[in-house]
Amino acid sequence: MRITCPNCGERDRREFYVKGAALARPDVGAGLDEWHDHLHLRDNPASETKELWYHEMGCGAWIEVCRNTVSHEVVSTRLASGAELGGKR
Amino acid sequence: MDDLIAMTPCDGLLPVTIGDVTLTEDLPVAMTSIAPYAGQDEALNAALKDAHGLDFPAINRSTVKADARAIWFGQGIALLQGPAAAIELAKFAALTDQSDGWAVVRLEGKGAADVLARLAPVDLRRQNFKQGHTVRTELAHMMASITRIGPDALQIMVFRSMARTLVHDLKTAMAGVAARG
Ligand SMILES: [Zn+2]
Repeated sequence: MRITCPNCGERDRREFYVKGAALARPDVGAGLDEWHDHLHLRDNPASETKELWYHEMGCGAWIEVCRNTVSHEVVSTRLASGAELGGKR
Repeated sequence: MDDLIAMTPCDGLLPVTIGDVTLTEDLPVAMTSIAPYAGQDEALNAALKDAHGLDFPAINRSTVKADARAIWFGQGIALLQGPAAAIELAKFAALTDQSDGWAVVRLEGKGAADVLARLAPVDLRRQNFKQGHTVRTELAHMMASITRIGPDALQIMVFRSMARTLVHDLKTAMAGVAARG
């Protein structure tokens, strides 16, 4: 499996660490149900899914990776900082 | 007060030559990482130009002027190698002294790229990785910075604590390349 880092280009999977699903963080003041959903409930689709990967052995960027869990195709990547997952730079 | 003896990261390990490839240690006077603050990229670039005659390097590139080299060092960060960073840069970027933190070696010779092909999962051949090009990548399970600083010369950096492992793995790969003739 190879992942295209928006900075470094296409790289071997061994350079990356995977965190898990790429999810927007609940707003300040979100209720217990919303946090429960954010922390514990996943769809586990047999199709395209978005995850956060860290270019640990490379540039140190967090990357949102869209990949197909059936074909293992990496469909697209972009910097997590531009993926509107909450937080401000 | 004890007299402390300064030792370089690769003290007692280098230089070494195997086949047509030589591995030596480089000792920049200073190394400083430069991480521009949000929205300060242009101001920092101007200050870097004024102070050191260098452009802030583009992604996967390095810039060089006399004894100073600026290497792209990761997401939003460059490493100034050579002179101590001018204090004016601190207005526009976070500066961190890295001088004692890294082992810096130079792999030189016609087979230098063949040696690294055994250790790093990127194409470092001269036609793809030209002088001034740089990468952050894995080298034998270590986080490395690799820069082509001459037609057949590659600068390799890893954390100082990994200096002995770096030299060991490079020597093994150098012997392997030399054995194939
Ligand atoms: Zn990267």
